[in-house]
Amino acid sequence: MTAVAAHTDHHDDHHHAPHGLKRWLFSTNHKDIGTLYLWFSFAMFMVGGLMALVIRAELMYPGLQVVDPEFFNQMTTVHGLVMVFGAVMPATVGLANWMIPLMIGAPDMALPRMNNWSFWILPFAFTILISAVLMSAFGEGNPSAPNFGWTFYAPLSTKYGPASTDLFILSVHMMGISSIMGAINVIVTVLNMRAPGMTMMKMPLFVWTWLITAFLLVAVMPVLAGAVTMMLTDRHFGTSFFSAAGGGDPVLFQHIFWFFGHPEVYIMILPSFGIVSAIIPTFARKHLFGYASMVYATASIALLSFVVWAHHMFTVGMPLAGTLFFMYMTMLISVPTGVKVFNWVATMWRGSITFELPMKWALAFVVLFTCGGLSGLMLAMTPVDFQYHDTYFVVAHFHYVLVSGAIFSIFAAAYYWLPKWSGVMPNTFLGELHFWNSLLSVNLLFFPMHFVGLAGMPRRYADYALQFADYNYWVSIGAFWFGLSQILFVIVCVLCAMKKGQKAPAAPWEGAEGLEWTVPSPAPFHTFDTPPVVK
Amino acid sequence: MSEQGLEQRNQRTVRKLVLGAIAMFGFAFAMVPIYDVICDITGLNGKTSSTAADGAVELDEDRLITVQFVTVSGEGMVWDFKPQVRSIKVHPGEITQVNFTVKNPADSTIIGQAIPSVTPGLAAPHLLKTQCFCFNNQTLAAGGEAEMPMIFYLDPALPKHINTVTLSYTMFDVTERVMANEDKLAAR
Amino acid sequence: MQSTLFRRVTAALTLLLVSGVSVASDWAERSNVNLRPGVTNISQDVFDLHMVILWIVSLIGLLVFGLIMYSAVAHRRSKRPQAADFHENVFLEVFWTVLPFIILIGMAVPATRVLIAMDDSSDAELTVKVTGYRWNWSYEYLSYQDDNDVGIFYFSNLKTPAEQYNRPILKDGLFPYGTAADRVGVEPVEKDANYMLAVDKPLVIPAGVKVRFLVTADDVIHSFFMPDFAIKKDAIPGFVNEAWTLVPEDATGTYYGQCAELCGKNHAFMPIEVRVLAQNEFDSWIAEEKEKAASGPDLTPFSSLESAMELGQQKYAAACVLCHGAEGQGGIGLPFAGSALMTDSSRVQENIDVLIKGRNAMPSFAAQLTPREIAAVITYQRNAFGNNTGDLVQPADVAK
Repeated sequence: MTAVAAHTDHHDDHHHAPHGLKRWLFSTNHKDIGTLYLWFSFAMFMVGGLMALVIRAELMYPGLQVVDPEFFNQMTTVHGLVMVFGAVMPATVGLANWMIPLMIGAPDMALPRMNNWSFWILPFAFTILISAVLMSAFGEGNPSAPNFGWTFYAPLSTKYGPASTDLFILSVHMMGISSIMGAINVIVTVLNMRAPGMTMMKMPLFVWTWLITAFLLVAVMPVLAGAVTMMLTDRHFGTSFFSAAGGGDPVLFQHIFWFFGHPEVYIMILPSFGIVSAIIPTFARKHLFGYASMVYATASIALLSFVVWAHHMFTVGMPLAGTLFFMYMTMLISVPTGVKVFNWVATMWRGSITFELPMKWALAFVVLFTCGGLSGLMLAMTPVDFQYHDTYFVVAHFHYVLVSGAIFSIFAAAYYWLPKWSGVMPNTFLGELHFWNSLLSVNLLFFPMHFVGLAGMPRRYADYALQFADYNYWVSIGAFWFGLSQILFVIVCVLCAMKKGQKAPAAPWEGAEGLEWTVPSPAPFHTFDTPPVVK
Repeated sequence: MSEQGLEQRNQRTVRKLVLGAIAMFGFAFAMVPIYDVICDITGLNGKTSSTAADGAVELDEDRLITVQFVTVSGEGMVWDFKPQVRSIKVHPGEITQVNFTVKNPADSTIIGQAIPSVTPGLAAPHLLKTQCFCFNNQTLAAGGEAEMPMIFYLDPALPKHINTVTLSYTMFDVTERVMANEDKLAAR
Repeated sequence: MQSTLFRRVTAALTLLLVSGVSVASDWAERSNVNLRPGVTNISQDVFDLHMVILWIVSLIGLLVFGLIMYSAVAHRRSKRPQAADFHENVFLEVFWTVLPFIILIGMAVPATRVLIAMDDSSDAELTVKVTGYRWNWSYEYLSYQDDNDVGIFYFSNLKTPAEQYNRPILKDGLFPYGTAADRVGVEPVEKDANYMLAVDKPLVIPAGVKVRFLVTADDVIHSFFMPDFAIKKDAIPGFVNEAWTLVPEDATGTYYGQCAELCGKNHAFMPIEVRVLAQNEFDSWIAEEKEKAASGPDLTPFSSLESAMELGQQKYAAACVLCHGAEGQGGIGLPFAGSALMTDSSRVQENIDVLIKGRNAMPSFAAQLTPREIAAVITYQRNAFGNNTGDLVQPADVAK
């Protein structure tokens, strides 16, 4: 039986694995599409990072040294959009594509052709968005690129938006469609394609967190699409959803945007919870503590995320009762998040811990994400939020959660699963260098932002008063250091892609459990054609 | 399970999810009227009702509320727009008329629309107007002048701790928008 | 022996710790590392709340990180080759769900109390309407004590001169809009202490009096942010928001704030300066301003081109430079240097009309500048940047 199965695998390998450009353009294979997503998101991470470096170069000293404030605003805007929609989200979708079928014992994603489509929309969407920046930077007299912040508040983005706002609207629509299709694919796969015996409460936590993420995506990406559609009609078809002159209300835009925007935050972080919940048990050689409570905590975070959106807009002048409601709800979110952190600590407790690269990243995630979570708790306190809101304190908070949170967990996932993807172990020496440089620089980059924020420096400022100067200097040094450190990761990934390195066994991490480690490394083109049986 | 069964189940799930996504797209638009209703009830954002109230309430002579009138010109609006009285003291339930004067110094006809906003927001649902120039847009010929009345009363249910209510009108130039709509109507 | 060594090491470590803490707190005080307590009772309440929550999250953080550190060291593989096998504990799980809940309630109570206090804007003696524009603020004094028609209105612009912030290190390329590119290689000018904070005409309020701000905006959303009063209120076009402050009598002085909501290119260039005067000084200030407002515009003609140019240069730097550039090279606005309108002496009237009525993206400056100032600015534009037309525009030409 085994011999026959192995033979079929081999057979498939040779006949159904196309080569060259066609393999990637027309691929319906979840592993190839996962790879495409991961490389794409990595490229976007670098592009968005370059924009961040332009911002930091400008802010290194007070005064306008490098770019014009108009271009500075384009950089903050497109940096945010590229990182959120181009780097973090596609990276987690790539991980889902690669790992979910392997983890639940499915031969592929449920809707492989749609899978291809949802990836290939993305490069076009981002070409459109980034072309606006290139045209504005290098074409004399062209209108500026989107310059209203990634939150594109009306009326700055409607009546006062540059002509390129329409490119932005089109591109956001495309990203939305791509995300919704990707999410539908994940839900259908998880609900219908699990191997026999793989009950819901036996699924790895990564699959659970992604399932909940996918539901969030289906629920809120259409709301974003609605918001940009209203912008479009306000701009060109005479409606006035967001214009007071026509009876609309600019604050309504913020309500709609953050109704999308807050769940969006969890869309970016929930898969990270899943990744870390896979890695910590492996290297602690101990089962995940409180599996069921992890699932319930994730679900309650997702539900609560729909009733906290207005904490992003405490300063718009809501009535007291509304402000109090959103303050209490926001504080409540820290309970399930705390449960998760405590569960990870309890998983490590009295384990037999080793510190391979994925574990290092995962531990850095737990500590630094908790820092971001705790400053989030401070931000939830409305009276104090009036002081923190729209200052660098907020910038520090969400970068702790998203860079040293979401992105660190994606690095952890890459180091953890690269052996499975490529068949070779990632280079340890370069990996260690990458980890330690990133860990130190990320703190130099984001920690002083708390101080400038508390001192009162508003965000999205191209120039600032002199009392903020010292910290901004160090933040910029941290930014360049962090940026350069990522080149190490490029080398690590390229080496793996070129199969240079120590050959990986099927189960390279001795404490790891799960179906993905039962297939050879690299994972063959087709896996689980015959569903495995889970006890 | 058979292959075909799986295919069917997948399609069913996809259908549900696509419907869900479309419903959420619709929900984004539904948020517009929902928001208006919530604003009407709670006074969120200080919006007042844009239709006339009937004016039949009891007078509460124990309380005296200061009502302050503020005028703002929207961007690019050249009208000189002012209240005749800056503030008055009224009893809740007392029906009062105040006049605003407006002058058009430009050498062309301009159509204006006044947008009311009340602060504190909690007072907004309790400031009721029986007649207001803000219910419709106003047209002033070049160099024209007008006196615009507004008749209002405060609902006695106004929260007890509020003793000053500020009513602001932002006057927007809507000439282009109104003209564009008329052109469209004429084209039909 | 051992105990002596132990004592010495302990003493040294304690000394190090104590000196470290004192150095750190000294540094923290000097370098603006924490939130400012501000000057009002409310801002002090907010600061206290901030310190409480900061201590709570720091302790939680230290506890969690301590546990992780301890576990990472004590439970590493070389110490414990065999992992324990437990993965559930109902008591623990309930405990760490309920405990944060209780802490949260403990935090919510004082936060709610402060929030309710902040919300109560009743019984203010002075009401000022604050309007945000791209990119400056205007202040209109509406009512003060029994006077409900004060009628003082003025704009407030960034005072920092352009040569202090325009110091580009690269030519072209990265300066796609070119507002500063012409200054490449020019020796940088030393920055003022209140760089990017000072304005030409600050908001003036009395100490010891409750002041209510009605915050609104002309074009896009701005945010009125005064950290020392713990005020941050969005200025939304078409809507009016309320904020208030009561600066204690002993806290007269100058305080700075900034716009906190992205409002376009010069978002960073529209600071707020508030001068808090003792009440009697404020009374005389307001009387003086009212008199000025009542006497109508000053139409004294300029005696010479130079005197008009001098005033014009000041006003140009305050009102025009952000869009049209320090050298008249343009930017968001059209260039002036050598432009047809600015060099053709028969088009002076058109130039005046543009300033008073606005044209396309150019707003009207009739409210922001007096006729005398408009005349000066036009004279300056037509004689600076190499335009040298010799046109002298008088206030009476503008006031027609």
